[in-house]
Formats: sequence, C-alpha cells, structure tokens
Amino acid sequence: MTVATTQHESSLAPPSPSGDQRAIGGAPWVVRCLLISVAVVFLSIMIVLPLAAVLFEAFRSGLPTFIRALRSPDAVAAVRLTAITTAIVLPLNVLFGVAAAWSIAKFEWRGKTIFTTLIDLPFTVSPVIAGMSFVLLFGARGWFGPWLASMDIKIIFALPGIVLATAFVTVPFVARELIPLMESQTGQEEEAALSLGASGWSTFFRITLPNIKWGLIYGCILCAARSIGEFGAVSVVSGHIGGQTETVPLHVETLFGEYKFGAAASLSTLLIAFTLFTVVIRHLLQSRKLLARSGHI
Amino acid sequence: MRTSRTNILPGFGLATGYAITYLGLLVLIPLAAVVAMASSRGLDGLWESMTNRRSLTAYRLSVFSALAAATVNAFFGVVIAWVIVRYRFPGRKIVDALIDLPLALPTAVAGIALTAVYSKEAWLGSLLDRMGITVAYTNLGVAVAMVLVSLPFTVRTVQPVIEDLDQEIEEAAASLGATSGTTFRRVIFPALLPALLTGFALSFAKSVGEYGSIIFISSNIPGSTEIAPLLIMTRLEEFNYPGAAGVAVGLLILSLSLLLVVNTLQAWMRRGARA
Repeated sequence: MTVATTQHESSLAPPSPSGDQRAIGGAPWVVRCLLISVAVVFLSIMIVLPLAAVLFEAFRSGLPTFIRALRSPDAVAAVRLTAITTAIVLPLNVLFGVAAAWSIAKFEWRGKTIFTTLIDLPFTVSPVIAGMSFVLLFGARGWFGPWLASMDIKIIFALPGIVLATAFVTVPFVARELIPLMESQTGQEEEAALSLGASGWSTFFRITLPNIKWGLIYGCILCAARSIGEFGAVSVVSGHIGGQTETVPLHVETLFGEYKFGAAASLSTLLIAFTLFTVVIRHLLQSRKLLARSGHI
Repeated sequence: MRTSRTNILPGFGLATGYAITYLGLLVLIPLAAVVAMASSRGLDGLWESMTNRRSLTAYRLSVFSALAAATVNAFFGVVIAWVIVRYRFPGRKIVDALIDLPLALPTAVAGIALTAVYSKEAWLGSLLDRMGITVAYTNLGVAVAMVLVSLPFTVRTVQPVIEDLDQEIEEAAASLGATSGTTFRRVIFPALLPALLTGFALSFAKSVGEYGSIIFISSNIPGSTEIAPLLIMTRLEEFNYPGAAGVAVGLLILSLSLLLVVNTLQAWMRRGARA
C-alpha cells in the first residue's frame, strides 16, 4: 500500500504569499481556532493522557521501586528474550526487504503486482491469526507436531515459535520503506557502474546501499519497534511461561493480571521510551529531508 | 519499460526467488494452514464455526466497533491533518510527531494505558462515570481502543493529499464568491475523498483484527463483549482448532477484501494525482 511519490520532499506546507493567517478564502479566525483546539484536545485525551497515566503509575512509588521492578528476574528474562528475538528477526526481514525492493523496483515481471500486494498481507491480518497459523503447523497437534516431537524439537512454546510469529508480523516494514525509495531512484548509477565493469555485488554494496541508507535505517527501526512490542501473535505461540517464554509485552500482561500495576507500568515505560525514540528519529529524518514524506505509513 | 530480459541489472533471479520463497514459507503457507484447518470438517463445519451464535456476536462486536472507530478517525483525522498542514500554532511539530505514537506503541502498553485512564478510579474515568458514561469494561472501551491504535492511518493518508492541494484553486473559488464552507464542500473535500476512504479502510482493517490493546479494557465476556480475535484465542486454548480456524477465515476474508479495496483506492489516488 505505497503511494510512490517521487521527490516528495515537502515538509509542512509553506505559508501562502499573503500570510497564512489571512490567505484569501481561508476560514475565518474563529473557525481556525476551533479546529486547532479540537485537534489538540482530541490528541491530548487519546494519546498524551494514557501515556502520562502509565508513566505516573510507574513512578508513583518512587524511583527505587521503579528500578526494582525492572530488575526482577522475570523482567530481565523478558527483556533478554525480546532482545534475542528482535536480533534474529531484524536481519531476516531486512534481507527480505532488500531483495523484494530490488526485484520490484528494478524489474518488470508477471505477478509483480500481486506479490507487492501480498507483502502487505501481514499488515491486515490479525496478529492472533498469525500466531495461530504457526500453532497449526508446529504445535503438538499440528501438521508437523508429531514429527517435531519425535525429533525433540520445540517450536511452539519456545524461542523458534516466537521468532516465527514476530517475523510474520514485521515482514512488511523494511520492504515498504525501500520499495518506493528504490522506485524513485533511477537505475542509472548502477547501470553505469555495471557498464564500467563492476560486479553485481560490488555495485550493490557501493552504489545501491548508500543510496537507500536512510530508508533502510528507518525501516529497521520500525521493524525493531514492532518486533519488540508485538503482543497478539507472540501471545498465541509463547505459552506465557514466566521467566522463559515471556517477552516484555507478555510480561506486562502477566503483571497486570496479578494486579501489580506499578511493575507493569514500569516495564511499559521501557517500551514507551523506545517508541518515543522511534518517533523522534522519524521526525529528525523527515525534517532533514533524508526521508521523503510519502503517502505510506 | 524494462523487462527482466532486456535489463542489464543483475540479481533478478536471486532477489525475486529469495523474496518469493521467504514470503511463501513465512506468510503464505501458514495462512494456507489456517484455511486448510478451517475446511477440515468440510464446508458445513466451516459454516457452523463461522455462524454459530458466539462467533456472530464476536464478529458483530469487532466489525461494528471498528466501523465506529474508523468513522471517528475519519473525522478527526481530517481535522488533525488539516490543522497540521495549513495552520501555524505553537506545538504544531509536536502534534505532528504525536500522530506516529500509536503506530509504534506496543499494543499491550496501549491497553494498560487506556485502562489507567478510563477505569472508574482514574481521573477521566470517574469524571465520565459521573456523567453516566462508562468506558472501561464496556463496548465503548473497545471502540476507544480501536480509535487510538488506528488514528495514524487516517491522518497519514490524508495529510500528503492536503499538502499537495493547489491553494490557487481555493483562492480562485473565494474570489468567485464562495464561502470557505462552500469551498471546502465542493473543492477540497472531493479532492480528499479517495485518501479519506483509503484511510478509513486501513483504519477499519487494523481495528477489526486488533487484540492487545482491547483485551485489557474490555470485560471479554463470551457472547457479549468478546472480540473476534479473543474468540479465536479461546478456541485455540480449548484445542478446538477447526473452530478457531473457522472464525479466523471470516477475518481473513475481511482482510483480503480490504486489501483489495485499499489497493484500488490507491490506484485511483495515483491517477487523480497525475491528472
């Protein structure tokens, strides 16, 4: 679902020549104020307030309690599991994203449109269905269940299952950043390099990669953010075994269910911090025009 | 047009082969397994798991809440996008950045955050309670959660279109005597419509399958406040795999349809942009 807008470099629209507050035909001042207020109040209630409530809950009993919540053995195990999962999922999906973008942006082939649409499939599929599909394949009663059991391989209720579920839901992220980016770049530099005798790989690493650098970086950050925060899909495959197969979001749920709201909020603060990091980076990259603000999410 | 035969760029086979294989193994085959499991008791079994009373109630809740949420987001999304693009006010850049938050925010965090705000003991929750509005543990809470997680979809789809609007046309309309209301109705809104519909569809698609942010604020009572993804989860835990897959197939059909709708809309948008 990408709107391939080439050269779409506008940051926010510049004021019209006559001064934006008095543009010809613009809405009267009162209407503007009303609209701005509506927008700000809506966002404050919908987004700012909930996050503030979590932070408040996290630090309500003071900093030492906050830190203690983060250092509990189960929390540490959850962070470690989340980190390992993301470390595995990220390169896999980056590889896919680059390959898919190269194939889609630089070549014409039959079925390309269908393939491009299919890449967006994980985006529209409920995370629970994603997780469930792997349970159906690899669970104890799944297609491969008996075979896996006989080989003593655990996929569901173990790391491999969590990796698969997380990879499923984060597949589109890098690809969706790279495809419009590479589509808007002509292949001329690559073609020039090739005609000068460079090998395919050399061309890729020394010309293509630097050109897509920022899109790639941002895609990685998005992929990592989603992978860290994924809940529904992992919830299905993980088995929720505290200290072993709980990722950070899953552990937050467990704490919440045990009425340990402070601890749940403390762990959530970690996640919120990473989310804010993602948002800030996006804005930095976009305001420096390193990232085109195109029509896709 | 460069075809793979005349293109001198290398790597077509490798890139395409790898990409298709990866997607096939990771995404397509698992989803096929869902469909296969759903049909394992035959078409009758599939129909039963999709249309029994509990499934229908769950579908109804998920779909109608998602529709409501998408509508709310369509309205506020346009307002927010418009305000960000066209007006200057302190904190505008922060507002612009805020929109991205729900996208990157883990759904579990969104879930407990909403509970922290709307439960009866909380500031806003008690305020609303005195007005007779209960959000936590009701279907209203489900809709609120959906609004939160799918808001960025409408704003970010409409925003580039507003940025691209040719203000000269609006100024021309004004110089011909149109009020700003008329200008909006007849000049701006039609230009926004494809993007708005796309945003609506994306918002809806995201909301209907949403799980993590909803289960905290919903009371999750089977047969009344149980969303479809939760029903799938429950069936899985009962080892009723065909039942779970049946409900899932309903959602998958919805997903695929929405995917097609969105792609068509975006093709329409692209054609409009070129015009």
